[in-house]
Order: sequence, then structure tokens, then C-alpha cells
Amino acid sequence: MATKTITRADLSEAVYQKVGLSRTESAALVEMVLDQIADCLEQGEMVKLSSFGSFVVRPKGQRVGRNPKSGQEVPIPPRKVLVFKPSNILKGRINGEAVGEED
Amino acid sequence: MIKSELVGRVAAANPHLYQRDIENVVNAILDTISEALSHGDRVELRGFGAFSVKSRPARMGRNPRTGAHVSVSEKAVPFFKSGKEMRQRLNRESAS
Repeated sequence: MATKTITRADLSEAVYQKVGLSRTESAALVEMVLDQIADCLEQGEMVKLSSFGSFVVRPKGQRVGRNPKSGQEVPIPPRKVLVFKPSNILKGRINGEAVGEED
Repeated sequence: MIKSELVGRVAAANPHLYQRDIENVVNAILDTISEALSHGDRVELRGFGAFSVKSRPARMGRNPRTGAHVSVSEKAVPFFKSGKEMRQRLNRESAS
């Protein structure tokens, strides 16, 4: 079973098929939706998409890292990271069809 | 921001479309991603991030209340890795 990689083009196509707007408009809307989510996260606000999951911005404190090649210690400055918490519905959906993998 | 607010914001930027259509657009996007992940496929959105599925091996767990051993079977979990541009956007303004 080859795994495919879905891209923006596939999302636009799905929107085009399911909603019935033009291809150009579908592509533009996919972009706008992603932009709105990114904008919101950039402000530090969390994005909750019911039955899908939520995106949360978490602050990470400063820590000491190490250059794996030279072994030299380098400080890693505090930063913000984005975490995705899948909803139980999404987790169930993924496992519901993966049952065939067992045994 | 929750889904209905996302729909509202996109609708506000597209006054020529019905809010209902925007709702369908958002649902189509999320459904397509979920559907792909349920087949074990990857979803890569450049600049935003990538969704993939990781498998967790079967393990012996314990019921925390009774301490009884229970076997937890293998399962798949969705995973999201933020894209480079997204990470840069989050850290653009140096926080205080």
C-alpha cells in the first residue's frame, strides 16, 4: 500500500468537487482558510476545530542544547511552538480503518 | 477561535459568497485531511505544516485504579509538524 501525500492542490480539488465553486475560487478559499488559522495562531490564540482537533501555541523556555557534531554547548533561546491536539473523533477515525493492520 | 468563527472571518472577506458555502469549504478541507490520514496518507501544506500518522506499538498498560494489567493493542495516532514559515511567524516578534 503506497502512501500518498495530499497537498493544497488536492484540498482545492475536494472543495471544488464538494462545494461547487470555481476551481480558482476553491483554491483561493483553501488559502484563506489556512491563512486565517495561521494569523490567529500568530496572535497566540488557540484554534479549535470541532471533530478535527485544536492547534495550540505553547511557549518553550530557554534550555541548553548541544551541537551534535562538535559537542559544543549552545543556548537555545525561548520560543513558541505549535502543537496539534487531535480530537477523539479524528483519533477514532484513524484507528477505525487501521484495524485491518492488526495481525 | 472556533470553527464557526473561522467560517465567519472567511465569510466576511468574501461577501459575494453564502456563509453556508464557506462552512462547506472548511468542512471539505478538514474532511479531506481526516480521510487521508485514515488511509495512512500524509498531508503536506507548505508553509503551514504537515500531518502524518504514527503508529504506537502494542504495550502492557495498567488500570490505574485497580493496578490490573491490561494489554493495549497497537494504535495509530495523528501527528502534526509545523512548517518552517509557520514557526518563523510564531517567533517573529521577539517575545518581550
